[in-house]
Amino acid sequence: MLRLEGLKKRYKTGDYALQGVDLEIPDGQVIALIGPSGAGKSTLIRCVNRLVEPTEGKVYLGDLELTTLSSSKLRKARRRMGMIFQEYALVERLTVMENILSGRLGYVGFWASCFRKFPKKDIQEAYRLLDRVGLMHMADKRADELSGGQRQRVGICRALIQDPDLLLVDEPTASLDPKTSRQIMRLINELCKERGLAAIINIHDVLLAQMYSQRVVGLKLGEIVYDGKPDGLNPAVLTNIYGEEDWEATIEEVDEDELVEDEVEEATV
Amino acid sequence: MSVAEPDFPSSWKKPPFIKSPLLRWSIIIGSAIYLALAFGTMDVDWERAAEGLPRGKRFLAAFFPPNFSDNLGVMWDGIFESIWMAIISTVAGIALSIPIGLGAARNLAPKWVYLVCRSIIGGSRTFPEIILAIFAVKLFGFGPFAGFVALSIGTIGFYAKLLAEDIENINPTQAEAIKATGSSWPQWINYAIQPQVMPRMIGLSVYRLDINFRESAVVGIVGGGGIGATLNTAFERYEFDTAAAILLIIIGIVMALEYTSGYLRKWVQ
Repeated sequence: MLRLEGLKKRYKTGDYALQGVDLEIPDGQVIALIGPSGAGKSTLIRCVNRLVEPTEGKVYLGDLELTTLSSSKLRKARRRMGMIFQEYALVERLTVMENILSGRLGYVGFWASCFRKFPKKDIQEAYRLLDRVGLMHMADKRADELSGGQRQRVGICRALIQDPDLLLVDEPTASLDPKTSRQIMRLINELCKERGLAAIINIHDVLLAQMYSQRVVGLKLGEIVYDGKPDGLNPAVLTNIYGEEDWEATIEEVDEDELVEDEVEEATV
Repeated sequence: MSVAEPDFPSSWKKPPFIKSPLLRWSIIIGSAIYLALAFGTMDVDWERAAEGLPRGKRFLAAFFPPNFSDNLGVMWDGIFESIWMAIISTVAGIALSIPIGLGAARNLAPKWVYLVCRSIIGGSRTFPEIILAIFAVKLFGFGPFAGFVALSIGTIGFYAKLLAEDIENINPTQAEAIKATGSSWPQWINYAIQPQVMPRMIGLSVYRLDINFRESAVVGIVGGGGIGATLNTAFERYEFDTAAAILLIIIGIVMALEYTSGYLRKWVQ
């Protein structure tokens, strides 16, 4: 699905944010990207859809090489990559519906989007997604009237309405409380399964990374230092990624009971 | 066994803004000396000031009661011409300001476009409206067209600059999110930039309308048409009561616009 070859990014200051990352993600795999602040997690996913221009290396989306695309071909390629942001990044003065439909901008012409005349099936799909994340009644609210968790759900809808093959998810839970964080991570995970999407999820919370991903990649100073199963994270590995600390309390066995309990709780809310 | 408490200092001073004491004191003493000399140089002739006071009293007395009866027969023509001049120069000025403002925002435009647009703004800001009006009268002859041209150019310097600065202050992640959907450049402006700058721009356009109306009184004095021409004639014919009526009308209209712009800004927020 996605293949990174020797990806490097040097900022103007001369610092390397990424120093040669090789990574391959098969169809439908959800990977968690962990690492300390400044390790290059955000830079890495932004280099994939070229919100940040990589300095060196190649990015393949399927068979398509992205780093050399012209700007119009890049726009077409961006439609296949949905992005979800840390601070939700909804356009606050637009309505929920406009925010979701903005995910279709790559597919419609300027005048259609300017007068908010989106194709019927786009509008239907927007309502379907809103219903799926439980925000049907919020369609005409302005985005800044929503709570953090609700905004992130709208952000997820905006990414999904692009009909992407891949999700790039940048710290989706960093501004959310622990319970909402779990709900959002579970939602992203379920939607990826439903649609067979691959995803890269940048995340600080090691426990959430373990709970909701099939594979964990650890990044440190722009280099991959761990790539393996979520349950392969042990104190030695975490010390290598983050540095010395008491890790025993962080790595809990992912408890099935707890997960079930959580779902029951959510159903009753 | 107790550890001996280190002897912490008990006094603390805020570090000075200018570190070098020599530089700091020479700036303070230098400014004091300059100000003392400057005020000393100013030649206030109290005798002349005293003579001026009764003259001012007679002048003010001539204003009352204001005469709205319109002996010249052109007072209302002048007012309506000014309103018309203010409206069309605001609309034309803003229409020209939008592309220039977009080009003058560093986060939107490439360097050379930025420099060109900033020079246009700089050029327009160098000259006050009255100088622009003198040029325009020389080019196009007496009348409201000259005033219209002067006010439109003045509007560009004001509106394009503030638009560019507002665009430079937008929330960049919202813009990033819209870009990531594969939107084209005009769609990106329409969905990510416009909603963020719109409320301030609406408020500023009413504010500029207010400025253009007031300035139309000034450009009239140098031959740019409008209420200024009428006001000038009234003064030249020593019809101070008519002049007072005109001034009161100008104050009324400016205040009405002031309230409208305040109200509009709150409403569109």
